[in-house]
Amino acid sequence: MKVNEAEFTDDLFEEAGQQFKEKKKSGRPSSSFWRDSWIRLRKNNGAFIGLILIIAMILLAIFGPMMNSYGFDDQDLTRANLPPKVPVLENIPFLGMNGVDIRGMDQYEAKGVTDYYWFGTDELGRDLWTRIWQGTRISLYIAFLAATLDLIIGVAYGSISAYYGGRVDNVMQRIIEVLMGVPNLIVVILLILVLKPGIVSITLAMVITGWVNMARIVRGQVLKLKGQEFVLASRTLGAKDQRLIWGHLIPNSLGPIIITTMFTIPTAIFTEAFLSFIGLGLQPPIASLGTIVNDGFKMLRIYPHMLLFSSVIISLIMISFNLLGDGLRDSFDPKMKK
Amino acid sequence: MEKILTVEDVHISFDTYDGEVKAVRGVSFDLYKGETLAIVGESGSGKSVMSKSIMGLVPKPSGKIVNGKIMYKNRDITKLSSKEYRGIRGADISIVFQDPMTSLNPTMTIGHQIMEGIMVHQKLPRKEAEEKAIELLHLVGIPNPEQRVKQYPHQFSGGMQQRVIIAMSLACNPEILIADEPTTALDVTVQAQVLELLKEIQLKMGTSIIFITHDLGVVANIADRVAVMYAGKIVEIGKTEEVFYNTQHPYTKGLLAAMPDLNTGQDELQTIPGSPPNLLYPPVGDAFAERNEHALKIDFLHDPPMFKVSDTHYAATWLLHEKAVGKAKEIDEKIKVKKQSKTVGVQKSVRQEKLLEVKGLKQHFPDSRQSVIKAVDGLTFDIFKGETFGLVGESGCGKSTTGRTLIRLYDATDGEILFKGVDIRQQNNLNKEVQMIFQDPYSSLNPRWTVADIIAEGMDIHGLYKTKQERMEKVYELLRTVGLLEEHANRYPHEFSGGQRQRIGIARALAVEPKFIIADEPISALDVSIQAQITNLLRKLQREKGLTYLFIAHDLSMVKYISDRVGVMYRGKLVEVAESDELYANPLHPYTKSLLSAIPVPDPNIEKTRKRVHKTEWDMSASDYQLREVVEGHWVACTEAEFMQYKQAAQKEMLFV
Repeated sequence: MKVNEAEFTDDLFEEAGQQFKEKKKSGRPSSSFWRDSWIRLRKNNGAFIGLILIIAMILLAIFGPMMNSYGFDDQDLTRANLPPKVPVLENIPFLGMNGVDIRGMDQYEAKGVTDYYWFGTDELGRDLWTRIWQGTRISLYIAFLAATLDLIIGVAYGSISAYYGGRVDNVMQRIIEVLMGVPNLIVVILLILVLKPGIVSITLAMVITGWVNMARIVRGQVLKLKGQEFVLASRTLGAKDQRLIWGHLIPNSLGPIIITTMFTIPTAIFTEAFLSFIGLGLQPPIASLGTIVNDGFKMLRIYPHMLLFSSVIISLIMISFNLLGDGLRDSFDPKMKK
Repeated sequence: MEKILTVEDVHISFDTYDGEVKAVRGVSFDLYKGETLAIVGESGSGKSVMSKSIMGLVPKPSGKIVNGKIMYKNRDITKLSSKEYRGIRGADISIVFQDPMTSLNPTMTIGHQIMEGIMVHQKLPRKEAEEKAIELLHLVGIPNPEQRVKQYPHQFSGGMQQRVIIAMSLACNPEILIADEPTTALDVTVQAQVLELLKEIQLKMGTSIIFITHDLGVVANIADRVAVMYAGKIVEIGKTEEVFYNTQHPYTKGLLAAMPDLNTGQDELQTIPGSPPNLLYPPVGDAFAERNEHALKIDFLHDPPMFKVSDTHYAATWLLHEKAVGKAKEIDEKIKVKKQSKTVGVQKSVRQEKLLEVKGLKQHFPDSRQSVIKAVDGLTFDIFKGETFGLVGESGCGKSTTGRTLIRLYDATDGEILFKGVDIRQQNNLNKEVQMIFQDPYSSLNPRWTVADIIAEGMDIHGLYKTKQERMEKVYELLRTVGLLEEHANRYPHEFSGGQRQRIGIARALAVEPKFIIADEPISALDVSIQAQITNLLRKLQREKGLTYLFIAHDLSMVKYISDRVGVMYRGKLVEVAESDELYANPLHPYTKSLLSAIPVPDPNIEKTRKRVHKTEWDMSASDYQLREVVEGHWVACTEAEFMQYKQAAQKEMLFV
């Protein structure tokens, strides 16, 4: 940078006579942690879309089956394998919502059906719209069950084990190792010896083993955190165990906790689908997204609609949970604050 | 002298989420053959980035050299491809990093790690490479190199590891050795050894060393020339004597004034207010102007060029402009007057009441293999009301453990701790009476809490307020006490600098109105100019609130400055306790002597003539080895025979006086 020497007048070499002051930044209104987090979450487009999708799917899972008069297990072979047909949308040919199958035949006309089946019907003539939302209920139930177990048993178990350490930790970790050592499938099979296969045995199987991963991750986090100086500082101030765990240790483990939950949910949904597939899960005629996908994939070439809608829904559930999880992790972290 | 490296107007920027950070903003210097150039600066001044750019190690893609040349052997090495760079790294220019623990691969024997470079660059066969490795280990002073070469890094102590790394970096006889804070992670006695080793090697091999550090004492010890960096620029460069004795830039002056040397009395330390600028938005004009009390108007408008002081000495300050000559003298006068007016001796506390008594304290931790680690092994000392008791020693000597045991973070294995005459295990409100300030300002505050919640935690626990209003009032008052602003209350810790965080930590400790504060290395993680601020704050609080401190540190000059009495710890035992002046003037125990001789003093002339005491081992196993009072208030751990010697020497001295 060239500066013209002539610009340097004598008075520039006077003392500016400043006193040092902390620079004032504009003050920020006080707001609670949760409020802050909510504001940050709302600014995150992806997470917000995820949240809206989840809410929409929950609403559809609740009200979807009531939106037409078909029951999820009403069989009628005269209306089997119908492609989807939706009023209004049927007039737009490329959407494929006009009841015409892939061979170009209007199945509704051929079978003389006058009703509308929005997602079509399956090989037994059951309405897929009703069945898919019925199945979504199961999947969402499994998702929330998995999340709750993770968050309650997993977090509590992990943090207690790590926080108290020593013998407590030793015993609790051996228990976890035993649980990890027995494959999930065996647990379910053993349960079926006592109970009938179905949602109850799946739930119980998850209660027994579903939270183990989370417990291990939380334990690792807490072990790392409990030696940190802010925890020691709190102890020197006289904080009790509860305050240390809930105020310091768990809030600072939130990132990994949320990520683990978001990994557990899809795994749980798939576990349910897998169990249903091998016949240990839900029994017909009860529908879940897993069983519908399994039914649909057998006739993928001829009736793609059976697989299409159920797999789109299952993917949407996964994607929106992942988006929301990402957003939640960021919004709970004050470092993301601008 | 022959120039071997020329750095010309280098600019380095980092692309971050928030924008472009201009870490280095136009640095130029030459490096001559066989010299040691020290680059000093606070954290964030760009000194590390600068040196890494010479090695082509600026992290990509976020960092890039925007402008400038680095000429080495008639080539601009910033333009080299990564393949060409590999030929230079290790062979011509090599680097020693700060932390020896992380710079060695834990799964390779050190022999292999040293041989790697030799085999790549010098294409020697394995056998010869191994011989060379042994030779190098011998050169850096590692005993039994033939056996040690087959060992893994964890089998070496920190200082030995750093020697191994130096051996590695010397493997291919580099012309330039870049040492990036090589002694910061080491204890003072080990630091002295490593510095001596570097000097020796330079004599033998004629290597040029670029030595990066924040410690002016180390600079005085090792450097031929010094470059002072501030906010990405060199503000002053010159021969070590010139920079120390004919200081030109106000920042350099501030830094030198902020360090207590062993001769500083008890007057307040000079500080540089504020903290370094954010290089996302580099200030217009002289970057230091806003922290400079005597800044000129022009400092806020134009960037000062490098003014020549002598052939070798340059400084970037407008005070050297021909029109400012008169003003510069005036300002010097003002500073001198101010310094004198501050030199009002603070009276030493009078020892009356014992606040804390420690008797035979032992703290043992079970090891994995049935054995115990004796972290603290039989400590006995008293702390009087209103005094500052300094506890010094090297890492691992048990000084932090002692502090933590005193506040019951650990339960003592054996021994008695009396606070106000009552055993601390029977005290109900010990946590209100005794508080602690922690070392690392980055991990001592919960990142998810606001500053208000952090400070108020103690009040929350003990229910020290009635309404929310009252709680906030108290938080505001504490913030003002420690020199922060009310509006800081709603922010989160990551928005603050290290010094400000330490202030928050102090406010948290003060919130419960304690009588006794244990300060566990409260300033060792801070920059020099900030250290002085925090030290002054601690002293101010002591005066105003009548606090008693236990000040734990490894920095002896700071301990001497702040403490009334000092205890020296070695391997879990106290080896010497005395008033701080007495201890520094007349150390008796050989360990204290070696510690004191190892502290580098920020004064090149003293450093050149100083002799180091090298004894590092003592026989402490004698059955009658215990603390004995030689002169009143001066206790030394010794045997009966040694005690008589000390006593005689002391009496002789008395006679002379």
